[in-house]
Amino acid sequence: MSALLPMFTAIPVFSAILLLIIGKFDKKHFPRIWSILTSLSLLVILAVVWGKGTIVHEMGGWKPPFGVVLINDYLSRLMLLIVNSVAFLVTIYSYVYMKKYEDYLRFFTLFLFMLAGMNGVVLTGDLFNLYVFLEIASIASYALVGYGVDAEELEASFKYLVLGALASIFILFGIGMIYSVTGSVNMADIARFLMHSNGGDKAVLMAIGLFILGFGLKGGLVPFHAWLPDAHSSAPAPISAMLSGVLIKALGIYPIIRIFYNVLDMTPIISTIFIVIGSVSMIVGALMGSGQIDIKRLFAFHSVSQMGYVIVGIGLGTPLGILGALFHLLNHSVFKSLLFLSSGAIENGTGTRNMKELGGLRETMPVTSGSAVVGSLSISGVPPFNGFWSKLIIILAAFQAKNIWAAAALILTAFLTLMCFLKFQRHAIFGEVSEKVKGAKEAPFAMVLSLVVFAVFCLLLGIFNEWVLSNIIVPAQGIITDKLGYIASVLGI
Amino acid sequence: MTLYFLDFVLLIIGLYALVVKRHIVKKILGVAIMEYAVNLFLILLGFKKAGIAPILTKDMDLQTFIQTAVDPLPQALVLTSIVIGLGTLALMVAMAIRLYERYGTFDMEEINRLRG
Repeated sequence: MSALLPMFTAIPVFSAILLLIIGKFDKKHFPRIWSILTSLSLLVILAVVWGKGTIVHEMGGWKPPFGVVLINDYLSRLMLLIVNSVAFLVTIYSYVYMKKYEDYLRFFTLFLFMLAGMNGVVLTGDLFNLYVFLEIASIASYALVGYGVDAEELEASFKYLVLGALASIFILFGIGMIYSVTGSVNMADIARFLMHSNGGDKAVLMAIGLFILGFGLKGGLVPFHAWLPDAHSSAPAPISAMLSGVLIKALGIYPIIRIFYNVLDMTPIISTIFIVIGSVSMIVGALMGSGQIDIKRLFAFHSVSQMGYVIVGIGLGTPLGILGALFHLLNHSVFKSLLFLSSGAIENGTGTRNMKELGGLRETMPVTSGSAVVGSLSISGVPPFNGFWSKLIIILAAFQAKNIWAAAALILTAFLTLMCFLKFQRHAIFGEVSEKVKGAKEAPFAMVLSLVVFAVFCLLLGIFNEWVLSNIIVPAQGIITDKLGYIASVLGI
Repeated sequence: MTLYFLDFVLLIIGLYALVVKRHIVKKILGVAIMEYAVNLFLILLGFKKAGIAPILTKDMDLQTFIQTAVDPLPQALVLTSIVIGLGTLALMVAMAIRLYERYGTFDMEEINRLRG
């Protein structure tokens, strides 16, 4: 069973290499079908390992403190579910969408490398290995952001590249700091060492600061968010969906959760730092989003703001807060991918992303605008949809923790988000039919299919929230709060 | 301690170049310098003065081996991180060339079509 775990990274890497070789002969159909099959096979493997308790795989047969281990517990499974299911739907969407870029081969090769990197990050139990996978995913994503090689896309990609490289350097520096204290790069071993030495070492404090800086940059939290709106709005729509829906979570939020709960301690100071960063991210992201007329930039700023919700939930540190944060992580990946994909469909149909030039989309593109409405109702937290429940849980957690300021920021942001997305709906979806929209046609079948699937999931996750919470989120929350259990299951004590 | 301090100075020089300089190539050099500083830091963690290679042969005393051998793990880590740094650097330079083709300048202040 445990031998299946390396497959999550091995399958995408090898299929990317095969794709480069075989794709030379059939550049049109093979890359698209091949990458859909690859991401489907990852979902099948995930279904096989689901519900089997914590699975630990020792790479090359080396025992944990010395060798690299891959760990598949419920937190990793939640992230794998998010990464691979979004990737699968995005490959279906790209089947038609990438036609205008005229090069499927390189796109899907980079896409599969990015997928391999993200799967590696969420599976690994070794800090340096995490850095390596993080870089694989990052380098592929830098190239994918600039995929159109237009002036704006290259500019966004270069900004992202410089800040991303800076983040990686900080993370590697932090790993070096941790290594200098503990003499190990295995996460469980580090956790065990620091428990016995009471933490508190100055080098560990420096490492904490570097990790917040590095992963905060990768996750696009305010004040490290400068690259995010540019990169997410300039990338091709499927890549925007992957970046916003998955990459900032797998590379930014997940390592923060794993490192600060399972490896280091969530002390009151760190918890306050996270609550402050999260609240500022929420409010700044929503305020800056409210002034945007480009719909993709609007969505990108709301990614900053929604990640703020997750970080506040994580920072509160109560079981309810973590529960809400993880549920919001899942929900955000669904509705933000949906919104970015529908923005791609709108751009494809009408040729513009400017809200002022759009209008009356429901007349000419009914399915696309219907799913965009579902997405925007979800993100603004309207009751039957999924966004409402996770926001409600985080707000309740803030009140339960008697943190009135965080609760006020959460509620304020909920209203700001609702306002922004009402504006989006009024200008783009409803209203008078504008010139550009008049000649628009409904998006092709493959794009509509993935949009509808995402929209249905928005509704299902909202209606069956109790089932989702008890079957997917609560086990993951149990992993986070049980540090000793994590150490024991990895090191086998 | 002096070595660590000098290494930190190198890191700050790289950060300065990255943040303050407007020329793209100078920014890239800043990133490269920071990468070298971090690699050097990792090497310093395992460094011992007059240390020996960490290969245990039969005629060695285990206690003196532990005291004199350098730590091999950071060296392995640094090899990996140098390769990753090369990948990032190559992509950065390629991106800089493409940016020059599009904008006709290497000045980051003039490459600012994305605002707001």
